[in-house]
Amino acid sequence: MSVMSKSEVTTSALRDLYASYGYAQYRMRKFEEYELYVRNKSFLISDHMITFTDREGRLMALKPDVTLSIVKSAKDSEGVEKVYYHESVYRVDKGSDSFHEITQVGLECIGDVDEYCVGEVLLLAQKSLSRISEDYVLDISHLGILSDLLDGAGLSAEEEGKLLACIGEKNSHGIATICRENGVDESKAAALCRLATLYGEADSVLPVLASMPLGEGGRAALAALSRALNALSGTDARGRVRVDFSVVNDMNYYSGIVFRGFVAGVPAGVLSGGEYDYLLRKMGKRGGAIGFAVYPDLLDTVADTRSAYDVDAVVLYDTNTDHAALRAAVDRLIEEGKRVLAARALPEKKTYRECYRLTEGGEPVHA
Amino acid sequence: MLNIALPKGRLGERVYSMFEKAGFACPSIRENNRRLIFENEECGVRYFWVKPSDVAIYVERGAADIGVAGKDILLEYRPDVYELLDLNTGKCRMAVAAKKDFRDDPARRLRVATKFGHIAEGYYASLGREIDIIHLNGSIEIAPILGLSDVIVDIVETGTTLKENDLAVMEEIVPISARLIANKANFKFKCEPIERLLASLREQVEETK
Repeated sequence: MSVMSKSEVTTSALRDLYASYGYAQYRMRKFEEYELYVRNKSFLISDHMITFTDREGRLMALKPDVTLSIVKSAKDSEGVEKVYYHESVYRVDKGSDSFHEITQVGLECIGDVDEYCVGEVLLLAQKSLSRISEDYVLDISHLGILSDLLDGAGLSAEEEGKLLACIGEKNSHGIATICRENGVDESKAAALCRLATLYGEADSVLPVLASMPLGEGGRAALAALSRALNALSGTDARGRVRVDFSVVNDMNYYSGIVFRGFVAGVPAGVLSGGEYDYLLRKMGKRGGAIGFAVYPDLLDTVADTRSAYDVDAVVLYDTNTDHAALRAAVDRLIEEGKRVLAARALPEKKTYRECYRLTEGGEPVHA
Repeated sequence: MLNIALPKGRLGERVYSMFEKAGFACPSIRENNRRLIFENEECGVRYFWVKPSDVAIYVERGAADIGVAGKDILLEYRPDVYELLDLNTGKCRMAVAAKKDFRDDPARRLRVATKFGHIAEGYYASLGREIDIIHLNGSIEIAPILGLSDVIVDIVETGTTLKENDLAVMEEIVPISARLIANKANFKFKCEPIERLLASLREQVEETK
């Protein structure tokens, strides 16, 4: 029985995985200048931050996000930078009033990102999920298809925001209402409703997408999506990779492929990522970027990997016990592979498999 | 096994009949007793009755795969769930009400008593009106009568309670009805029964329209 929790085992397996594909570990400070986050507020999951003033009077924040820091320090040179990280972030989660420390393991691929890079990152996302559980699902979408359908719809920014929220909820009745109220073309409205509820493997979904009233950008996005799915077709992921347009990340930052991973038994996504070229451009960098993060803490909330006992053996001693003999007895039991607690009295709130006391000759016997 | 959270009360019973018609029957649920969980292994379904405002919590946290919640609850708590279908039942509206003779003074901050703080805030923010929210948990109608608030934001079904307390609807904010919601992660793993249920419910809703 491992003493490591599910999240610790997962974290270590994922780091090995990313390193084996040549990703270098990226280490960062626990805090950044607050301004970095203020400028990119809507990229963050929550805009609450723990802030403080440093000795020069600059306002700093405990980092609520990893990607922004990596992009900020990315070299603006030829080639592609592949990094992975294992960091804590500090933020207020939805529905909560207090700050939490959340562990993230993930990777970023920044610079001259080509189709091979996109395929590799998707493959690593799929492999990450399969390391966590046999029963997983990776949902993939391409924002280019969505933005193509939205382009000619003539919605105000506010209405578009509402519509995107509905797509994230697979809320087709909501989409229909918004389209009707804003006089969106009927074939477009029908396509948007269909897009939100579409769910399944590439073979069943791609033909439906091909029949939609897409413009040039949409067709290109569809081709990119189908090539990305193709990159995963050689894996053992059959039936586990699905197309789902309810994966909608902020379209001001994310540009193309976006994806989310789930494992059975965990009620929220454990992996989230996508291509975020627009963030790069906003921060004045050239090239493209794709990456994802895994949230291993979520795994501990459901998977109880504890053994049935807190310790395997308790060794009782008293004031007359010879400490050298006690140490020897404890060591011998540990060598037998047991977890041993030496105590003067039976622990009240711990469970144990066996209990020993020492004989006068220093031998452990069952008490 | 598909876990379904239903809101206790009339709406829950009405919705259960729709689920039953869709092939997800669980006869023991009709027995008159105080149990809260009912299971039918044959159909692969488990129902539980919960407080209507808690359904979204059960679903968001994955204790239930799907559930039925009012749009008012979804707007107020904004749970991260799929909203798969408007069940077109449990219809009412979220509205602003006040004493019949109430005259608004736009120069003053409006005092709003409500159970639905988020909805009220969002509505008045869209009008650019500054308000003072007074959170109450029940008998909201008393607030304007006693001068605790200028208006209330609440659910109006028939309007009888308002009328009997000399109040009237001033503005309608949004129509409300019951929605079928699903946990986003569990949906992935129980896609087949959920889609089957959804298709039948959609048909039933179309028939009643």
